[in-house]
Amino acid sequence: MAGYFKSILTGTKSLVTGLKITQAEFFRKPITLQYPHEVLVMTPRYRGHIQLVKNPETGTHQCISCGLCQKGCPSGCITVRGEKREGVKGKVLVQYDLDFTTCSLCGQCIENCKPGAIEFSLEYNLASTRKEDFHYDLLARLEEQK
Amino acid sequence: MSSQALSQNQEVFELNLGPQHPATHGVLRVKLVMDGEYVVDAEPVLGYIHRMHELMGENRTWAQYLPNMGRLDYLSALSYNLGYVELVEKMMGIEVPERAEYIRVLTTELNRISSHLLWFGAFVLDLGGFTPLLYAFDDREQILDLLESVTGSRLTYCYYRFGGLYNDVDDDFLTGCTQFLKRLRSRMPMYHDLVTGNVILRQRLVDVGPISAEMCRRYGATGPVLRGSGVNYDVRKNEPYSIYPELDFDVPVYNECDSMARYMVRMDEIEQSMRIIEQCIAQMPQGDIMAPKVPKMIKPEVGDYYHAVEAARGTFGIRTVSDGKNQAYRMKLRAPTFCNLSLFQEASKGMLLADALAFMGSLDLVIPEIDR
Ligand code: SF4
Ligand code: SF4
Repeated sequence: MAGYFKSILTGTKSLVTGLKITQAEFFRKPITLQYPHEVLVMTPRYRGHIQLVKNPETGTHQCISCGLCQKGCPSGCITVRGEKREGVKGKVLVQYDLDFTTCSLCGQCIENCKPGAIEFSLEYNLASTRKEDFHYDLLARLEEQK
Repeated sequence: MSSQALSQNQEVFELNLGPQHPATHGVLRVKLVMDGEYVVDAEPVLGYIHRMHELMGENRTWAQYLPNMGRLDYLSALSYNLGYVELVEKMMGIEVPERAEYIRVLTTELNRISSHLLWFGAFVLDLGGFTPLLYAFDDREQILDLLESVTGSRLTYCYYRFGGLYNDVDDDFLTGCTQFLKRLRSRMPMYHDLVTGNVILRQRLVDVGPISAEMCRRYGATGPVLRGSGVNYDVRKNEPYSIYPELDFDVPVYNECDSMARYMVRMDEIEQSMRIIEQCIAQMPQGDIMAPKVPKMIKPEVGDYYHAVEAARGTFGIRTVSDGKNQAYRMKLRAPTFCNLSLFQEASKGMLLADALAFMGSLDLVIPEIDR
């Protein structure tokens, strides 16, 4: 019988402790971000999909079409194609495609790129039901930015 | 559901738990044979999220395999990053600068706390308490923000490199860590009041799911499961790596062998990790974060290599055989939760179903890591 009352007592005590904590929390400001009404600014190191860096001087990318990013990518999601053009030293980039569906955001491509022609974007509002929407033509995207 | 008559008024039936059951945290399926509310047999069925991580290690270069390490145990990915880069550094004889070692340990321990906090919340949720999950997530969110500011990702980190780190931490991060530790220190008593001391939780956990040290040994269980069975084994102490020997921390061990003991081990580990982080911040030297000479092409000498680290759930070991090429000949990942889960079948016999689920929660399973 004594055990019975003791367990009622400890149970009540435990309940009161819990309620006290709940009560304290009840008056705290909500911590949830009201997405999409509020959006976060990503930290500078955030890894979004990769993009070509725009050189402010020339107004265009600095890719030399060496293809090292494509070679280093573990998931094979980069397709780079450069062309020889008359009167231009080296190759001219004509195609830079990223298949973002298989990208693991590892950064190997960026580390492999000697001229620093690619970087992570801060893009995170990405959602679609079609996988084609994640096949990016980075060259065209760079043009759009202009 | 099939039923099979044992005797006239005794019947057992088969029950499928999972692969999509909230209590199994992912896609684990358990085939239960039940006698009423009692478990007669519980057979885990694996493979629903098998991604061939080991094979992937054998058909890509050593550097290309790095991102895979963030996708085994996605809750404490940095321990796996650490295990792998240290293995490659061991094979290639690369010396890592001290600052990089400190940052590695600091971030790994932060990740361990975040993993334990998530386990804490989810575990109490399994037992029917919803509120602690939200409190734990509030704290965990702070860690994710901190780690995101240095690594760029929130969960599937790929931060360490052979010979160092992807990038350095700044003072903002270190101040952020100090502030977070202060905050978590003030929150721990609240967790203990709200959950550890709670009568319902104690009744659900104390003396439930006993695992003897002998059973742990037979199944190769490690981590908090082993330490909750009274065995003082922690890779950080027993086979020290990185700068752990220079740090002062204790390994929490409980002798009760029940679910409560495993709970307590993890809660104490949070405190110990906080101590480690404090020491890392205090002792962190200035300097480089990358070894000066890291070969561009990783081609380890022919041989058989093994390296183990203490992940949040136990010993994570990688055994690899190199045939001198730029890819591994064989890559074997020893996942701690795979071993921890395998004792479930034997240990859950005769338990009430509700207790078996509490017991399973105390094992802290991460299914993508079990399946690999
Ligand atoms: S981040 Fe990694 S996976 Fe993505 S494109 Fe670059 S190399 Fe490939
Ligand atoms: S590595 Fe850099 S320069 Fe070379 S192709 Fe890729 S983006 Fe262009």
